Amino acid sequence: MTQRKKWAARAGAAALSLLVTSAMAQTIAITGGMVAIGDGSEPIENGTVVIVNGKVMAAGANVAIPPGAQRIDATGQWVTPGIMSGFSRVGLVEVGAVDPTNDSEAPDSPFSAALDVSTAINPLVNPIAINRSSGITRAVVAPAASKSIFAGQGAIIDLGADADAVTVPRAFQMVEMGEKGAGNAGGSRPAAHLMFRELLAEAQDYARNPAGYDGRSKDNLLLRADARALVPVVQGKMPLLVHVESGTDILSVIALRKDFPALRIVLVGAAEGWRVAREIAAAKIPVIAGGLTDLPASFEMLAATQSNVGRMVEAGVLVAIGLTDRDEAFQLRHAMQQAGNMVALQKVPGAKGLSWGQALRTISAAPAEAMGLGDRMGSLRPGRVGDVVIWDGDPLELMSAPVAVFIDGKQQPLDNRQTKLRDRYATPGEGALPKAYEF
Amino acid sequence: MKRLSCLASPVVLALAACTTAGSDAAPKSASAASTPGPSTAPENPYPSTYKAYPGVPTVIRNATILDGEGGKIERGVVFLSGGKITAIGGPETPIPADVAVFDGTGKYVTPGIIDIHSHLGDYPSPQVEALSDGNEATGPVTADVWAEHSIWPQDAGFGRALANGGVTALQILPGSANLFGGRGVSLKNVPARTQQGMKFPGAPYSLKMACGENPKRVYGRKGRQPSTRMGNMAVDRQTWIRARDYQKKRAANKEQMRDLSMETLADVLEGKILVQNHCYRADEMANVIDMSKEFGYKVTTFHHAVESYKIADLLKDNGICSAMWADWYGFKMESYDGIRENIALVHNAGACAIVHSDDENGIQRLNQEAAKAIAAGKRMGITVPEEIAWTWLSYNPAKAMGIADQTGSLKVGKMADVVLWNGNPFSIYTRPERVWIDGALMYDANDPKRRPVSDFELGQIGAGDTK
Repeated sequence: MTQRKKWAARAGAAALSLLVTSAMAQTIAITGGMVAIGDGSEPIENGTVVIVNGKVMAAGANVAIPPGAQRIDATGQWVTPGIMSGFSRVGLVEVGAVDPTNDSEAPDSPFSAALDVSTAINPLVNPIAINRSSGITRAVVAPAASKSIFAGQGAIIDLGADADAVTVPRAFQMVEMGEKGAGNAGGSRPAAHLMFRELLAEAQDYARNPAGYDGRSKDNLLLRADARALVPVVQGKMPLLVHVESGTDILSVIALRKDFPALRIVLVGAAEGWRVAREIAAAKIPVIAGGLTDLPASFEMLAATQSNVGRMVEAGVLVAIGLTDRDEAFQLRHAMQQAGNMVALQKVPGAKGLSWGQALRTISAAPAEAMGLGDRMGSLRPGRVGDVVIWDGDPLELMSAPVAVFIDGKQQPLDNRQTKLRDRYATPGEGALPKAYEF
Repeated sequence: MKRLSCLASPVVLALAACTTAGSDAAPKSASAASTPGPSTAPENPYPSTYKAYPGVPTVIRNATILDGEGGKIERGVVFLSGGKITAIGGPETPIPADVAVFDGTGKYVTPGIIDIHSHLGDYPSPQVEALSDGNEATGPVTADVWAEHSIWPQDAGFGRALANGGVTALQILPGSANLFGGRGVSLKNVPARTQQGMKFPGAPYSLKMACGENPKRVYGRKGRQPSTRMGNMAVDRQTWIRARDYQKKRAANKEQMRDLSMETLADVLEGKILVQNHCYRADEMANVIDMSKEFGYKVTTFHHAVESYKIADLLKDNGICSAMWADWYGFKMESYDGIRENIALVHNAGACAIVHSDDENGIQRLNQEAAKAIAAGKRMGITVPEEIAWTWLSYNPAKAMGIADQTGSLKVGKMADVVLWNGNPFSIYTRPERVWIDGALMYDANDPKRRPVSDFELGQIGAGDTK
């Protein structure tokens, strides 16, 4: 039997055993697995997860199974919430270096803060299916800043195999306040801070009198659309993701709240966050970090270390892990590897790691909580979206993979363009017809 | 325990690599066997000054040993002394008195990881323009430049690769903006004041070549040849015609001005310099293979090679290694067809597979990349035992760098380049515990003084921290 046929046979068996017919108005009980809730607690042996009408009804030990539930036996397997990427650009890019397929930034647009990625999320880009098959079910999707310090409005999406990807449009605003922010503001950090303050002040002007706001006068820096987009930010109705790396820059950002007390700041990057972890914790500011950032890639990251996340968590900071410095559009599936490495640090003398449960939290509940959506998604606590993954082993281990992925209670296909290429080339060389006829 | 000698390897390349790297004298000049002529290059003008640091005779016992050539020993014993592996075997192996003994129960011992594709030093951290020295992007043919002349030994990335990655040797290449990017160099991952102090003694040089998007983009934008893939091939071929002419004259001791580019290419044509060819697409690799036959040189390794799985049979037949990532895809058009099974499929076809990084972060986790490749293979029914998979990380890259007679596996008499892992190195939860290079303890997780702090980091915040 060829490798391809072997694989196809296995996939077929797996699909049959887990066949779920419709999503809504259905009760699913996943039994017998090692269940991790995603809230930081450690996994529970022989746990049960019940999904009703697309939402988690209960998860844990001694959970009653509603009558009529479709049962899925997960004995010997692991069950977790769907993995949520704390920072990405998935859905905005098909091929990174092919500009027409890359909607992550708009260097020649006159607009900045008003740019809204939810208008461009394409559930059919291949990275959505590729990452879904690795267990990623939700993602924070951010635009990239081009000329302004403000990048625009990001979204929360699901990675389901359907046309309806956007869970929360305009979920947050994104701003650059470190080296990149300095560059975009004209060349210095004072320029970035002045720009930030002035632009927010103009947004306040707009909020006081929208009709009277003249975004076209020489003295105005913000176009009307951008001013309008910043109103919920300055009023504290929309989280503001602030990209900074150095400890010094983090303190400067925290200080902005003296003048703009309503700001709902979330730090992105924060490679030196551990140096000012107590201040971040005291300010109750969540952080979305890269996790494995440990090189002085720039002068704002001199103190970067893989212990950054562990030290911040120890200080009481809510930390999510995301793709803050690379592969944002493609490798959300690295989340498990990032989190697993945090666990590995526990065994390295002098390093600060995370417990297994804490590590899973950084890629499930924590991203949701950082975005103010912890009551809606990210964990297997009752009432959260029915994003559930069944794994063939410890999900943080490199050898493990999903055997079933549910989004909003609906079982998802796990094939994608890469699996089709794999199958076509499982054996080298042409058969009776060219490879092009194998599909 | 399965033993594979250099000659018995199924990969044809092994033969070439083993014969290429034989002595400390490499790279040899063309005229070594005859009277120096007018175009004779000086012998090895930038020689290695690397000296192994002193070590103490050391035994690791009760560990699971992956020997790097496909062998596995449970509860094994490794003995390092005089900078070399002096004994390796099962629990019955005699342990000399008066040596340092480490208990490896529950731990693994492997050869140090070798990264065949790195830009540490020529694209160092911090990534500022002033230190960006990897691409001489002023012309598509810069075979005259040598990566070693760009290497900044104070790149903190070397230390991270050692402490987090268990990397004991690495090849630093020029970038891929040019068709002929220049000479690459192999280093021991031991900090030094100069690049010469890191240079792997006796390692042959390499020539970095590139096909595909990068050269045509860089020069097409400048309105120069090449601006297309056919332009890439045309400039390559025209250059090889010149190189063949130069090489013939040099071999015949005919009068001609020394030419640095041509010297490197003539050495390639004479089999003294190994070709490391950046190439993503299957169809382009096939073109390059034909070009190598047209001009009579050998491609040692295709780097990145995201489509090697499509032509794994062709690569096997031509004895060419593929140096690959585990899962990169999509960042550019020529990486569009990248799949996670690439490494396993290449290996399964009997071709030479290498896990490479091309990345200052990835080099810290090459063992994890190999684990992902094993897992991808397993899911499609290709089983690669862990002791075989380790060949992707040390012995195969050593062969492709021409240093397999000295390092890359745990064989008696070879350099004691060894990692003691605190668990199974294919697990996410495992990290290097100790790393020896030439028998000298260069990293010890339990000793904060036994890890490198580069000049750049010294005196800065976080210096000496666990990174």
